[in-house]
Amino acid sequence: MNFDKELDARGLNCPLPILRSKKSLGELTTGQVLKVVATDPGAIKDFEAFAKQTGNELLSSAQAGGEFTFFIKKK
Amino acid sequence: MSQKKLAIIATKGTLDWAYPPYILASTAAALDYSVNVFFTFYGLQLIRKDLSALKVSPLGNPGMPMKMPFGPKWFRDITWDVPNIIQANIPGYESFATAMMKKTIANNGVETVENMRMLCQEAEVKFIGCQMTVELFGFSHDDFIDGVEYAGAAKFFEFAGESDICLYI
Repeated sequence: MNFDKELDARGLNCPLPILRSKKSLGELTTGQVLKVVATDPGAIKDFEAFAKQTGNELLSSAQAGGEFTFFIKKK
Repeated sequence: MSQKKLAIIATKGTLDWAYPPYILASTAAALDYSVNVFFTFYGLQLIRKDLSALKVSPLGNPGMPMKMPFGPKWFRDITWDVPNIIQANIPGYESFATAMMKKTIANNGVETVENMRMLCQEAEVKFIGCQMTVELFGFSHDDFIDGVEYAGAAKFFEFAGESDICLYI
C-alpha cells in the first residue's frame, strides 16, 4: 500500500504509539496516508479506537512476526 | 460534534500514581478531547520542576509485583515476597524499589514521567494547581513548572461541570 509518511513505533508502549501517530498525522494533509509499525500488543484495539474517535480512517491493520502495521488516512 | 471534555483530579504523589493522570490526559488530547487536570494535595508533586521526590513504595502494597529488571530470564521471573516488617526496617528500601521501578519502566518502552508531562503540555492539556494546598504544604509557584494556573475548587467545577468524563485519581 502507498503511504506518505512512516512512523516506527516499535518498542514503544501505551500510550506512545497513539501520541506519536497523532503528531505524525498533524504533519500530513487531508487524504494522505500514515504507515505505523508497532510492537505493543494493545495497539490493534487502540488504533481501531483512535480511528473511530478521531475520524481518521484506518485503511488496514495487519499482524506479522510480532509486529503490527497500520495504514491510517488523514481526515 | 462538539469537543469532548475530560476533567481529572490528581491527588497522589508517587512514581506509580504519576502515570495514570498523564497517560489518560495525553491520550484524551490525542483523541481531540479538551483536558483539564487539577493537581491537589500530594498530586502537586507531579507538577514540580524537580520530580525526584516521586518514589514508589512497596510497603503496604501487596498488589505490587516485585521482580528484578535485570539478569537472566529465570532471575527476572522470580517474585520477591519481602514481608512488610522487613521492608520497613531496611534503610533505603524505597529508593531501591524506586530505582528498580524506573529500570523496569525504561525496559518496557514506557515514557518517563517528565516526558509524559511534556507531551501533555504540548497537546495543550491545561494544568491547574490547587492554591490552597500549595500554601498548606509551603510550596511556592517557583517550585512548579511553567504553564500552571493556580485556583481553587470552584475553578475546577467550572470545567468539570461540563465535562463528559471526570476522574478522581
